[in-house]
Amino acid sequence: MTHDPDFPVYPHRHLLGIAGLTPFDIDLLLNRAERAVALSRQTDKKSSVLRGRTQINLFFEASTRTQSSFELAGKRLGADVMNMSVASSSVKKGETLIDTAMTLNAMRPDALVVRHASAGAVALLAQKVGCAVVNAGDGAHEHPTQALLDALTIRRAKGTIGGLTVAICGDVLHSRVARSNIILLNAMGAHVRVVAPSTLLPSGIGKMGVTPFHSMADGLKDADVVMMLRLQRERMAGASVPSVREYFRYFGLDAAKLKLAKPDALVMHPGPMNRGVEIASEVADGPQSMIQEQVEMGVAVRMGVLEALLDPRKNPEAGR
Amino acid sequence: MTSATVLSGARIVDPSRGMDATGTVIIRDGRIAAAGPEALNQGVPEGASVIDCAGKTVIPGLVDGRVFVGEPGGEHRETIASASQAAAAGGITSIVTMPDTDPVIDDVALVEFVLRTARDTASVHVHPAAAVTKGLAGKEMTEIGLLSEAGAVAFTEGRHTLASSLVMRRALTYARDFGAVILHETQDKDLASAGVMNEGLFASWLGLPGIPREAELIPLARDLMLARLTGGAYHAAKISTSLSADAVRLAKTEGVNVTAGVSVNHLSLNENDIGEYRTFFRLSPPLRDEDDRRSMIEAVRDGTIDVVVSSHDPQDVDTKRLPFADAEIGAVGLETMLAAMLRHHHNGDLPLLRIIEVLSTAPAKLFKLEAGSLRPGAAADLAIVDLDEPWLVREADLRSKSKNTCFEGARMQGRVLQTMVAGKTVFKQE
Repeated sequence: MTHDPDFPVYPHRHLLGIAGLTPFDIDLLLNRAERAVALSRQTDKKSSVLRGRTQINLFFEASTRTQSSFELAGKRLGADVMNMSVASSSVKKGETLIDTAMTLNAMRPDALVVRHASAGAVALLAQKVGCAVVNAGDGAHEHPTQALLDALTIRRAKGTIGGLTVAICGDVLHSRVARSNIILLNAMGAHVRVVAPSTLLPSGIGKMGVTPFHSMADGLKDADVVMMLRLQRERMAGASVPSVREYFRYFGLDAAKLKLAKPDALVMHPGPMNRGVEIASEVADGPQSMIQEQVEMGVAVRMGVLEALLDPRKNPEAGR
Repeated sequence: MTSATVLSGARIVDPSRGMDATGTVIIRDGRIAAAGPEALNQGVPEGASVIDCAGKTVIPGLVDGRVFVGEPGGEHRETIASASQAAAAGGITSIVTMPDTDPVIDDVALVEFVLRTARDTASVHVHPAAAVTKGLAGKEMTEIGLLSEAGAVAFTEGRHTLASSLVMRRALTYARDFGAVILHETQDKDLASAGVMNEGLFASWLGLPGIPREAELIPLARDLMLARLTGGAYHAAKISTSLSADAVRLAKTEGVNVTAGVSVNHLSLNENDIGEYRTFFRLSPPLRDEDDRRSMIEAVRDGTIDVVVSSHDPQDVDTKRLPFADAEIGAVGLETMLAAMLRHHHNGDLPLLRIIEVLSTAPAKLFKLEAGSLRPGAAADLAIVDLDEPWLVREADLRSKSKNTCFEGARMQGRVLQTMVAGKTVFKQE
């Protein structure tokens, strides 16, 4: 591997969350991701920058999309990628976490990509291993690569993030995507709004650097970006909202509601979508939709993150 | 008559007499013969062994009203013997054990088991609290009369909250006839739901489900009404919010037969101590915010809260080294309770006399124990303390079998030098 003078050394060992990153760190990761976009659009998509490195995707919670995205990212960079899906049903949840981490650590991976249903679980695991750890989502805490891919999507479409008005709509309470995005967008100088029924907003939301709205009409007015969140099925019927039809009526994004935003507003969704629940097909597949672009940027951002964390200018033996 | 022991030149803090004075304590036959500035008026008794306590403080042995042990059923976490050693090291001479064991202490034979095991293995007094309902199932009342006679000093559902208002009403009514007190830690199960820490901004950022303060108040308010209705003795075992303190304060002014307790953790720590998912700070009730912590101190000061407990809850480290929401609840506290409380003495939050009162005299009164006093004739259960000695809490030094302390690495000021039960030394600082 060669010295890569285009980018400064990334000053963190892991990517556990957006919290703790400076705008400089975020720009660095996005710039690396930009180059990965170019690579991914070539016929020969393979680089050898991570040749000989081992990446393990450790998913305690199933996620086909995120896992494939990380897998492809590692493979495009030449790493050896192994996927491990750990069923949490056989053993009491969490009990296997540290054991599994220690076992995998003994196989000397260079990067561990971890998804877990419990907030803080990935950070806990990172304390026990001697390699770079990427948080691929921990409970309702953070999902940093999702926020980065959203940022890259916005930056490429709008040229900048600072000064934009971004409306995050839906189940903010249970969403790690929302938390990571709120932190990142604030760090980059965007105006962040959240739009949801109060039962889906966390306590203290007004102090989280966002302006809360409870109607789409107010929340979407003059927005540059409309970011929809997925509503988990178990929350649909009576638990947090009375019914799907009521939710869609007031908080689902359709063409009429989208008209309230700026005419060139971007429509985003982290996927997988519940069509007819939080988003109408006419919008999801419409000209303002960035949803497919987000998937493409997902691979690029994960390539950028892996490259930055496994930069050969860092000490690969650090912490072993 | 055996020879006497004389503790000379000590600062004597005895809340049972409102005493805070320099003097001498004379112990004979396991009892206090005299304690105070005039104790030496007859001179040093012949043949007495004299312990020079100049610069030291003598306090009545502490009475910890809320201790979870692992015996029976969880001896790897804590036995009655190991809990008693930890207690002695913390200046505690009486502990009230909670019935949440396996099996649950809900039967005369099990109360006798605890007392027998304590007699054979423990170095401090052990007083079991028995369950209010059989198996802590919240349905059928236990034999409150027989259990009291066997030695149960109180009745409680331990970590559980009685969901049924009817069962609580009956228990308060029935226990009243036997002069028994009901201890209750309140948390509305539905409202607390999957919550693992105090609800608020901090929990929101951590992505952890929160427990609102109202989850504690709602069943507590119900209980206070039932206590008023029945005239039964009710003890709000572990309150943590200003809402709860206000409710207790009001009930007291209305003459309801109610007392309240707080854990030393809720006087010393707040939710921010959880930091990045530090599971040793996962407690029940959850650590609240700083305003609530301050209000708890105020409630101790103004008498709304009567007793402070360690809420010693030994948990295996394996069950703590898990993601926050999956980790066990609770922290050990016998060995750090006094030192943590002395912080409030050093920073001027609470008078020393009040601190010793809520740790000793008041809980002794609540559980009707012969303890908490240095009055002549009282049992010589006491601790000799250096109020200023600095020390560092280290997990490895804890005598408790479980090491889940909230105070790992904490710098303390004030240390127990020697603990006596019935005049016999059960702990001495090396």
